[in-house]
Amino acid sequence: MTADKSAPVSGSILVVGGGISGLTTALEAAEVGYEVVLVEKKPYLGGRVAQLNQYFPKLCPPSCGLEINFRRIKDNPRIKVLTLAEVEKVEGAAGDYEATIRINPRYVNEKCTCCGACAAACQTEVVNEFNFGMNRTKGAYLPHPMAFPARYVISPQIVGTEDGQRCQEACVYGAVELDMQPRTVNLKVGAVVWATGWEPYDATKIDNLGFGRYPNIITNMMMERLAAPSGPTGGKILRPSDDKAPASVAFVQCAGSRDENHLPYCSYICCMASLKQATYIRAQYPDAKIYIFYIDLRTPGYRYEKFYKKVKEDKNIFFIKGKVAEVSEAADQGVTVTAENAVTGEKIHQTVDMVVLATGMQPTAVNAPLPADLKVSPDGFLINDFDKGGMFAAGCANKPLDVVSTNQNSTGMALKAIQTLVKR
Amino acid sequence: MDKKYGMYICTGCGIGASLDVDALCAVAGEEGFPVQQHPFLCGPEGVAMIKKDIAEKGINTMVIGACSRRVNFDIFRFDGCIVERANLREQVVWSHSRDVFPKLTEEEIASGDAFDRVQMLAEDYLRMGMARVKKVSLPEPYLLESLSRRILVLGGGMTGMAAALDAAKAGYEVTIVEKTGALGGHANHWRQQLPTATPYEDLLPPRVERMIQSVQAEPKITVRLETMVARIAGEPGNFTVTLKKPGEKIEFDVPFPLPPEMRVNEKGEELDAETLQARYKEYNEGRIDILTFDPDGEKFGAVVLAAGWRPWIPEAGQLAHYGFGDLPDVVTNAQFEKIAKEGKIKRPSDGKEAKRVVFIQSPGQGDDSDFAYTGAVTSLVSLKQAKYVREDYTDGKAYIFYQHMRTSGQMEYFYKSLQQDPGIFMTKGEVVQVRQNGNGLVVEADNTLLGEKIAVNADMVVLATGMVPVTVDDPVVNLAYRQGPGFRDNDIYDGYCDSNFICFPYETQRTGIYAAGAIRRAMTVEESVEDAAGAALKAIQCIESVNRGVSVHPRSGDMTFPDFFFQRCTQCKRCTQECPFGALDDDAKGTPKPNPARCRRCGTCMGACPERIIGFADYNIDSIGSQVKAVKVPSADDYSEPPFRILGLVCENDAYPAIDMAGLKGLNFSADVRLIPVRCLGSVNVIWIKDALSQGMDGVFLLGCKHGDDYQCHFVKGSELASIRMKKIGEALASLALETERVAQFEIAIDEYDKVPRIIDDFVASVEELGPNPFKGF
Repeated sequence: MTADKSAPVSGSILVVGGGISGLTTALEAAEVGYEVVLVEKKPYLGGRVAQLNQYFPKLCPPSCGLEINFRRIKDNPRIKVLTLAEVEKVEGAAGDYEATIRINPRYVNEKCTCCGACAAACQTEVVNEFNFGMNRTKGAYLPHPMAFPARYVISPQIVGTEDGQRCQEACVYGAVELDMQPRTVNLKVGAVVWATGWEPYDATKIDNLGFGRYPNIITNMMMERLAAPSGPTGGKILRPSDDKAPASVAFVQCAGSRDENHLPYCSYICCMASLKQATYIRAQYPDAKIYIFYIDLRTPGYRYEKFYKKVKEDKNIFFIKGKVAEVSEAADQGVTVTAENAVTGEKIHQTVDMVVLATGMQPTAVNAPLPADLKVSPDGFLINDFDKGGMFAAGCANKPLDVVSTNQNSTGMALKAIQTLVKR
Repeated sequence: MDKKYGMYICTGCGIGASLDVDALCAVAGEEGFPVQQHPFLCGPEGVAMIKKDIAEKGINTMVIGACSRRVNFDIFRFDGCIVERANLREQVVWSHSRDVFPKLTEEEIASGDAFDRVQMLAEDYLRMGMARVKKVSLPEPYLLESLSRRILVLGGGMTGMAAALDAAKAGYEVTIVEKTGALGGHANHWRQQLPTATPYEDLLPPRVERMIQSVQAEPKITVRLETMVARIAGEPGNFTVTLKKPGEKIEFDVPFPLPPEMRVNEKGEELDAETLQARYKEYNEGRIDILTFDPDGEKFGAVVLAAGWRPWIPEAGQLAHYGFGDLPDVVTNAQFEKIAKEGKIKRPSDGKEAKRVVFIQSPGQGDDSDFAYTGAVTSLVSLKQAKYVREDYTDGKAYIFYQHMRTSGQMEYFYKSLQQDPGIFMTKGEVVQVRQNGNGLVVEADNTLLGEKIAVNADMVVLATGMVPVTVDDPVVNLAYRQGPGFRDNDIYDGYCDSNFICFPYETQRTGIYAAGAIRRAMTVEESVEDAAGAALKAIQCIESVNRGVSVHPRSGDMTFPDFFFQRCTQCKRCTQECPFGALDDDAKGTPKPNPARCRRCGTCMGACPERIIGFADYNIDSIGSQVKAVKVPSADDYSEPPFRILGLVCENDAYPAIDMAGLKGLNFSADVRLIPVRCLGSVNVIWIKDALSQGMDGVFLLGCKHGDDYQCHFVKGSELASIRMKKIGEALASLALETERVAQFEIAIDEYDKVPRIIDDFVASVEELGPNPFKGF
């Protein structure tokens, strides 16, 4: 029998970002035997994938894998999770960092049983950011049904109002704490993994595609929420202006991506995402017509290629090679997509009930530079310097990726972090 | 463990308002469990109350009647105690609103013939909880007698070297086994490598030489050239590996299982065990059986499979329209790379400078796919090779015909930089034909961006063919496992050794063996090297988990493992055959030999065993069976119209959370079902179903994950195996004169909580239509 039950060396790892990338790095390192602190700025873990209805190409729900990951956290005392937490500063060198973390108030403490009495009492409704503003939620809310930690949040908007008081009075467990203040935590860690993820590119910046001007032009991430059982429509895909079941939908690929004026790079996931979303619509509406305007269909690899082939078999899905020049309003709240077929040269005006912009991904760090000594590409992606070590970027903070590759990459980054802690 | 029981009932979150808590406490009394209630059990006072009992009364085995076990997991964890969570909140009061299931009125109570379905449900869950804690024990870890922390890396190419270096840097000893006489693999034949960093424009000198030097300089790495695996026997943490020279025949070459056609007689009937054994011996003559370990074998803790790929070569006539095989100047990209590595690009036919080169990405003939096994790699390789043409000849011209230029992510910059080169022409298009034209070639293409039909003269044509994973030809790992030497189900993945899971890309059906690089997907060097780090991490993690005596993913940290009561084994081999992870090897008689470190604790063996001799410390035939038997089944003796009782065995990974969500959302479903979470539907033993029916329950359903090629089962085969067993149970039911419709299996995904009420209520309705179980009351 071996006597040594611990990992070969000690030290702790700070993982910044609780999306699928950060979760993966944190869990993989902790299951080797290392102490990990996982910091997430939102009130729940799961990040972008928590907002997705299904993963491509398996069409399986992301909450399935998240549930396993949350259970792994529950069963592993080596992981400490901080939500509503933002890293303010990381200083030091590989093996010896000091991190300053600000924890913003949830206004709900650990006594919360998730009973929902606060939400029932609350009268104010606030914009539901989880659903990209497509509906509203109570000022006291659970971000989504599978939220982990399963604890309510009180919107700062109702703090100091009568509604705040109502929530506090409704909670018989003393969990609502309206005078909760932000606090700062200092941590000593040996390695830092930045898994700060991505944001959908702001589609209002793409003038010619009409987003924000016409209600029936939505982004691909909004489509995920529309199709999700926990979304604003309970999973029914309806066009925003009048809740009509769409008879025709156009997908505009590379909305912002591969475009010098917006994102010069390819966002990696949008082709597969649109093919997947086409299946959402087709599953709900047997007669709906779908038009996909693309430059190249990037569905590489046996799995994605197979999926593309299957989607192609659907006679109601039309693929048009051509970059969309304009999206404008048409009669009856419809939308017209104007493009040129790159092969035939033919000008196309396709009027549809609804348009989905396949908007790309931008690293979160591009809009909020990270408070540490990191190399950053002109697009805001963090560049890994393995010779220097100590701090690493994982997942989409590092480059545009799909979930599978993100998880591979993030598993590898757990090892890079561990290497930093190993005294050779 | 001397069990001291206790029950704690929370009356918060609507439990006390909905239920008669005194009556619940009385249920505890029936079994002699001391009981306490608290209005806020998960709060500091409630927890202190339990801790006080633990400290003062020595309570160590308890039922907590409160919320779901999915929440407050840390609050109700007490070291050294057995804790069962009776889910009175999500699955009783939240999903059975008093608006839908009203409390009894005074008159109804007075009548004596009315019953409160919700109260009955809660009471049953407490009874079931008590029954379970009586039957389970605290797990003790399975520890190996000796543990090896060494990692075996199969393949000395870029992926294998990267994995070895990464593991070594984390402090682990590594042996690289490479079949050829040199490290480096395919990368040795490359002129240049793709860019890996901003601005993604210039090609890089191959990294392979530096990588080889690093490997050679690393004292923790041993390199074994001209070596391959004859067999890997044993289990993670303690693999016994026999290595050999390629081509050698040795007695420790791994034996192969009999192919299906040899397992049957002329009539197609399965042969008897003795004949099978004789045939197996004959089939594997000269090879020692898997249960004999090589005394000279080397010990390893885990394996990284990085054996890579071979270039896809079209068979004769397969690409006749491109002249491959007939026209010597039509080559594959791998052949072209070798030519480019040797110096200026010259065409094979006559050594003339190849200044006009056409690259073809797709096989054409109406298909817009790239060649097989290409991924995004071949788009990038063609761009790289087009640059070679331009490097070698200032007047050189490269043409790329593609259907979809696959330069995902930041590699788009590389593509863009080539678009600026006036000597490189790229167009979407379908190449129709390549033919000889005098001293050169002509490439004809349709539907291009430059015109409907075009023809290009070329000195050479390069077919951007793919990278075939070597697992297509050979299992490589040569596992001395009864289920066979290779990874299972690679056919789902086109022969790659890939994971089925998007969330868990390193999970395969062979614990402790992690694939990396092009053996599991077409990847660039950069991607492969990154993948290697992940596989190395998983190998290390597996070793450390085995060292702690706990399971790896998905039941990470689980200390239980299957225990066998061999005296009653009838050598039916079902457990060995059905284990999704090949954890069991049977001997000549068919008695299983467990390898607990290979096991992932799903319980499929337990579900398979007709003799019911397999179980876990906290999860076994008796623990679930006792829960089933603890359900009170009212009969006509109790009420004039007794309620139905239906058992639901639900997958704890997906179905159980979905039911919790239904509760959270306030969705109501029948109060006549009794749900028991199971580790996986694969662990469901049909005896539980028979138990339920024979004690008068009216129906049984299984609720689990989707199966098929895109299975969502975390244990690969569980829900599929359950569905096979359910089909077979029909006969047993018929022999009891029960309708087969009383037993059913349904699929549900975790996010389909909105479907929970319909699935359950429809099944209840269908059973009610059949009428009560005739055994009720006997």
